[in-house]
Amino acid sequence: MAKVKSLADLKKMKENLQSKMDLREKSDAPDSMVQVKVGMATCGIASGAKEVMNFFIEASAKRGISAVVTQTGCMGYCYAEPTIEVIMPGKDPIVFGDVDVKRADEIIEKYIKNGELVDGIIPVNYNTID
Amino acid sequence: MRDLSEHIMDIIQNSVRANATLVELEISENVTEDKYTLLFKDNGCGMSQEVLAKVADPFFTSRTTRKVGLGISLLKQNAEQTGGSLNIWSEEGVGTTLEVVFSHSNIDRPVLGNIAETMMLLVGANPEMDFLYKHTTLEGEYVFDTKEVKEVLEGVSLSDPNILVYLKEMINENIRTII
Repeated sequence: MAKVKSLADLKKMKENLQSKMDLREKSDAPDSMVQVKVGMATCGIASGAKEVMNFFIEASAKRGISAVVTQTGCMGYCYAEPTIEVIMPGKDPIVFGDVDVKRADEIIEKYIKNGELVDGIIPVNYNTID
Repeated sequence: MRDLSEHIMDIIQNSVRANATLVELEISENVTEDKYTLLFKDNGCGMSQEVLAKVADPFFTSRTTRKVGLGISLLKQNAEQTGGSLNIWSEEGVGTTLEVVFSHSNIDRPVLGNIAETMMLLVGANPEMDFLYKHTTLEGEYVFDTKEVKEVLEGVSLSDPNILVYLKEMINENIRTII
């Protein structure tokens, strides 16, 4: 049986990462990182938003994209869950609907890396129930 | 909801919205008494007795973006289908505690699912919060404490994707030794 990971192993990993991170932290401010917010309310979770968020985190780690992946509550687009909001530095936020893992991949490759807009954008709507 | 880890994600989201700084989750598997218990405890803003009375109503929510609040109602239904129960206690300014009991052997009890992924996503999205996850079975006990993790990391942000992927694998491997 392989050795089970422990906090001691985490410490070693942290030391490896630290040298790479210092370089990155000195040059990046949070504003210059891509922000991805995944809708994680009951409607989102039931539609598979966990896998999508997990995918974004793993892809950012693997593809070396400096992104802050976080979760948000219900954005009101329950009919189009899973939804994500992507804020590229210096640009307006864009909300994408019906984002499964395949579309998440497309969004990373096309929109985040190249700035090319992808299908399935939910237009901004300022009406609320109140 | 496909499994318990999704319900857990949902319930803890409520604690996050209540501005909790510490969320405790205790999962106890007791095969001899045929009980599978989830205990959530947070130190968020709490609820008044009037809100507490309506909390399991699917048509009651504190959100303004829509008019239904399904999280607790769905979990309660799932628990009661296995002959279990859901109880909530809350005090304004102190916090909320939620206890769900399922019958361990009942075929309707959802499987645990990917709890490591759930914890990873919660920790990554809320690096300023602390989470304490304790899982007890007849085989043993595993404790995941973000306070300990933060001590080891000495200031490196918990929301770094590489760290999160590692934490997920660590939780997964440790849980598999006791389930």
